[in-house]
Amino acid sequence: MFFTYVARELRRRRRQAFVVALGLALGIGLVVTVSAMAAGVRTAQSKVLKSLYGVGTDVTVTQAPAGGTGGPARFGLTAPNQARQGKGFSHDDILQSPGLGTIPATRVSTISSLSGVRSAAGALSLISIHAEGKFADFGQAPRGTGSANGSTPAVQPSIAPIKVTSYSVTGVDVTNTAVGPLSGARITAGRYFASAETDAKVAVVDSSYAKQHKLSVGSTLTMGGTKFTVIGIATSPTGGQPSNVYVPLARAQKLAGESGKVNRIYVKATSASNIAPVKAEIQKVLPKATVTTADDLASQVTGSLSSAASLSRNLGTWLGIAALVAAFAVASLLTMSAVGRRVREFGTLKALGWRSRRVVGQVMGEAMAQGILGGILGIGIGVGGAVLISKLAPSLTATVGAAATGAPVTGTGVTGAGPGGPLGQALASASHTVSVPLTAPLSFGLFALAIGLALAGGLLAGSLGGWRAARLRPAEALRRVD
Amino acid sequence: MYELKGVTKTYRKGGARITALQEVNLTIAEGEFLAVQGPTGQGKTTLLQLLGGLDRPTSGSVVFEGRDLATMREGQLTEVRSRSFGFVFQTFNLIPTLTGQENVESALVPLRMPASKRRERARTALADVGLADRAAHLPLELSGGEQQRVAIARALVRNPNVILADEPTGNLDEGTRDEIIGLLERLWADRGQTLVIVTHDSGIARRAPRTAWIREGRLSVQDSAEPAARR
Repeated sequence: MFFTYVARELRRRRRQAFVVALGLALGIGLVVTVSAMAAGVRTAQSKVLKSLYGVGTDVTVTQAPAGGTGGPARFGLTAPNQARQGKGFSHDDILQSPGLGTIPATRVSTISSLSGVRSAAGALSLISIHAEGKFADFGQAPRGTGSANGSTPAVQPSIAPIKVTSYSVTGVDVTNTAVGPLSGARITAGRYFASAETDAKVAVVDSSYAKQHKLSVGSTLTMGGTKFTVIGIATSPTGGQPSNVYVPLARAQKLAGESGKVNRIYVKATSASNIAPVKAEIQKVLPKATVTTADDLASQVTGSLSSAASLSRNLGTWLGIAALVAAFAVASLLTMSAVGRRVREFGTLKALGWRSRRVVGQVMGEAMAQGILGGILGIGIGVGGAVLISKLAPSLTATVGAAATGAPVTGTGVTGAGPGGPLGQALASASHTVSVPLTAPLSFGLFALAIGLALAGGLLAGSLGGWRAARLRPAEALRRVD
Repeated sequence: MYELKGVTKTYRKGGARITALQEVNLTIAEGEFLAVQGPTGQGKTTLLQLLGGLDRPTSGSVVFEGRDLATMREGQLTEVRSRSFGFVFQTFNLIPTLTGQENVESALVPLRMPASKRRERARTALADVGLADRAAHLPLELSGGEQQRVAIARALVRNPNVILADEPTGNLDEGTRDEIIGLLERLWADRGQTLVIVTHDSGIARRAPRTAWIREGRLSVQDSAEPAARR
C-alpha cells in the first residue's frame, strides 16, 4: 500500500516530481563535479609537492649562505707559462649549490633527538663543474706590447672554444634510507648504497642524466679529479628536481672540502600533527635556518594549479553549496505546496484513523523517492562533469621558487650555457615549474556523498511537508473542503 | 451508545467568535438510525464531527460507549476512529490516485492486518455495495454514485459500530440519491450498526425513525412519521 501510494502520487504529479528531482540532481551533480575536481587538484598538488619535496619528508632545513662566501668560480684562462699557450687544459671544480649555506652535520643529530622527530638526514648539494679547452695563444709577440697611443696594434690572442659542463651532485646519508633526497626515488637499475659505503667512491645517477650521458651501472664518473663507479640508476617522481648524481655524504664533503658540513637536512615527523611543533623546535635550535614544511611549500606554489585549487576551494565550494541550498529550498517549497493541495486527502486519511506519523511517513516516502531519483540523476550529471573535466581540462602548471624548495639547480650540460655552475648562479632563486594533468577522479566516497545529499534533500523536503501534514486537524481539513 | 451533555462548540473566524453548537443534549441508542436535519451552516456537520471524534467540543461531554471523546488524548481518539466509526462524506473524499479496491483497503491500514486479508475484506465490501466489477477503477473513472458506493464500502469494511454520513447524497442526482439512501438503509437494516445521516433534505430525514433538528446551533429531536424498518 505504502509503495503503491507513493508511486501513484508521484506519477500523478510527475512534472513537479521531475522538477524537484532535476533541481536536486543539478545541485548534487555540481557538488560531485566540484568535489571530483577538488580531489583531482589535491592529487595534483600532492604529486607536485611529493616530486619537489621528496616522499617521506615532512620538513626541510636549509640556511642562507653567510655574507662574503660563494661567488663565481674562477678559471685561469691564462697559461701558467708560455709553453702551455695554445695547449689544451681540463679543469674540474666542485662548488656548493648556490643559495645554500652550510650547517654543521652535528645539527642533524640535534634535530633527530628533538621531540616529534622520527628521523633526520643531512645532505650536501654540490655543483660539479668541468671546463676544458685550450689556453689562449698570444703568438710570438710579447704580452702587453700594445702601444699606448695605439699606433701599433696589440697582438690579439687566439682563444679556442672552452667547453664548460656542470651537473648537480648530492651527498646522501647512506645509513638513512627513510628520509633524504633519494627517499622518493626508485632504483631502476643496479642498487642503492650499502650502509657500509659511507665514504666509498660510488655513485647513483639519475636516470635522465644517465640516459643523456650514456651512463650505466659500472660506468665511471670523474668528479673533482676523483673517479666514481656508478652502482645504480635512480628514477625520481614525475616533475621532480632530482640531483644528477648522488654520492655518499662523507665523500661529497671531501669533494667540496666541507668536512662535517651539510647544506640541507631532511626531517620526518612522527605524525602529521607533529609537523608544526617540530618546525618550531627546529627554529629554536637553528634560529638562522630556513625551515620549510609541505604546507609552506604548498602556499608557495603558484601557477594554474594554484588557481585551480583556489577556484575549486572558493568558487566551486560556494557554487555547490548555493546550488544545493536552492535545490533543497525548491524541493521543500514544492513538497509543502503539494501537501497544501492535498488537505482533503490527508484529512480523510486521518478521519479513517491513520496516525499522523503514518501520514508523515507517506509524505516523507514521496519526498525521499524524489530525492533518490535526484541523486541518481545527480550522479549521472556529476560523472558527466568529471569526465568532461578530465577530457577537456588543460594540464596544470605549478611553479615553486627554487629557494623555497632548496632543491638543486640542475645543469643541462650544454656548452657554456647551462644554468648550472657559475653560470647558473643567477638562477639560484629561479623558479621550477612542474606540469601535471588535471583529472577529476570519481570515488565510492563521492557516490556516497551524492546519495547522502539526495537523501538529505528528500528528508528535509519530506520533513517540512510532513510537518505541515501532521499539523492538519481532520475536522479543519474536512471543513476547509466543505 | 452516545450521550451528549451540554455540548457547545465555538470557532474563531477572522477575529469573530462563531457558535456552531450551543448546549446540545442528545442520546443515541445502539443500532439507531438518526437523521440530523437543518439548513446549511447551522451546525449539522460540526455535530457529526464531534460524534466521530474528528473535533472536540468547547465545553460539554461527548460520551461514546462510556468514554468521553472530549477528554481523550489524540492517539486514543485516532484509535477509536479507526475501530468504531465509518465516515461517508458529501464529496466522497476518495484518494484520487488509488483504485476503488485500494481506497477501500486504505480504511484497513490503521488496523495493521496482512495485505491478503486486507484485499479480501475490501473485495467483499465492494461486492456488498455492488461494485465488485469496478474495483480496479480509479475514482475519476467512476460515476458520482459509484464513487459514493466505494466510499460507503470504505466506511463499512472495518465493520464499525457507527456509520456517520455527512450529506451522502448532496452531490448526486435524484435517482442516484435514492439508490445510495436505499443502500445505506439496507446495510443498516442488515448489519445492526448505528447510522447517523446529516442532511438538509427532509425527504431523506423522513426515512429515519428519529430526526434531530438543528437551527442556529440548538438541537431538538422528534420521531419520524414514516420510519425505516429494520429487517
